[in-house]
Amino acid sequence: MSEHVITPVRTYVATFVALLILTAVTYLVATQDFGWLNTPIALAVAFTKATLVVVYFMGLRYNTNLTKTVAIGGFFWLTILFGITMSDYLTRAWIGVPGR
Amino acid sequence: MPNFTNSRASTSLGAGGDLESQKTMAASHASSAGLSAHGHADHNPNLQHHFYSMDQQLEASTLGMWVFLVTEIMFFGGMFMVYILYRHLYPEAWVLGSNHLNVSLGALNTGVLICSSLTMVLAVRAAQTSSRSGQILHLILTMALGSVFLVVKYFEYAQKFEHHLVPGPHFDMSLPQANQQQLFFSIYFMMTGIHALHMIVGLGLMMTILVMAWRGKFSATYYTPVEVSGLYWHFVDIVWIFLFPLLYLLGAHLGAHGG
Repeated sequence: MSEHVITPVRTYVATFVALLILTAVTYLVATQDFGWLNTPIALAVAFTKATLVVVYFMGLRYNTNLTKTVAIGGFFWLTILFGITMSDYLTRAWIGVPGR
Repeated sequence: MPNFTNSRASTSLGAGGDLESQKTMAASHASSAGLSAHGHADHNPNLQHHFYSMDQQLEASTLGMWVFLVTEIMFFGGMFMVYILYRHLYPEAWVLGSNHLNVSLGALNTGVLICSSLTMVLAVRAAQTSSRSGQILHLILTMALGSVFLVVKYFEYAQKFEHHLVPGPHFDMSLPQANQQQLFFSIYFMMTGIHALHMIVGLGLMMTILVMAWRGKFSATYYTPVEVSGLYWHFVDIVWIFLFPLLYLLGAHLGAHGG
């Protein structure tokens, strides 16, 4: 584990500035009407910000492959939670159920 | 009497001590002469006995913290799931409810949390470079910013109480889609409330770490608690990164268009 690599302060400051700029982007995008695209754009920006925090602030890039797998696995399970639940709710009206 | 039992114990140990254990002892003595890092005399006092090295200890602790954070991801994930489902069912109420939230205060708090993440990471870096004053300064800044977040949150909540937007008997039922908006506010208070609770726990953690840093416990060879607390703090920041656009900004474009 190359944990002894000490990240230079300018990397942290650059990450910090990027996060602030992306926050401004989130706000500016939200004030415009992109129709159904507003939420996907907001989520894309949020995911970018979260990735910056995980990779640079939390230093996941310096961790072992096992730790990386666990971290990414957490987000993967989250997509299973959302995906399977919504696949139920979104498809309920697709097939007419007799008697309903 | 205690002396007697004691000496008996040590004699029996001595008698039981076979050649192998004597070999290990000899090996450990040899290592303290500089062959390998197995002699107890060479151990960093912060190295727990079940780890081989400080590196392994940090690695295991980091992995353990990530496993905990994954449970936290799933915990918040359940609430995001509720949010997604009800937003899908009542999209208009979500926009109406979101328009009641104070975007400037939400944006301010986003900035405050991002600043606190920077100071947190600098506190970890100060520990890595064995700077005691750097750790203390940045931990205090992190705690100050965390407190600012909570104070802003307090004023936001107070506003919601004044405007009768807290779910319950006093909720303003004259609002359009009042029942569905009440659901939005239930989810708003649940998610931001549990997030705020995590901030309070984080402040407690920072206080503990600050006391340890004050006593000069951390250095380049041992900073695991700072690192692991930092992971927690950044995780709470990430939750807010998602909460801000999903709760505050849904109706921002309507507001801009005078809708």
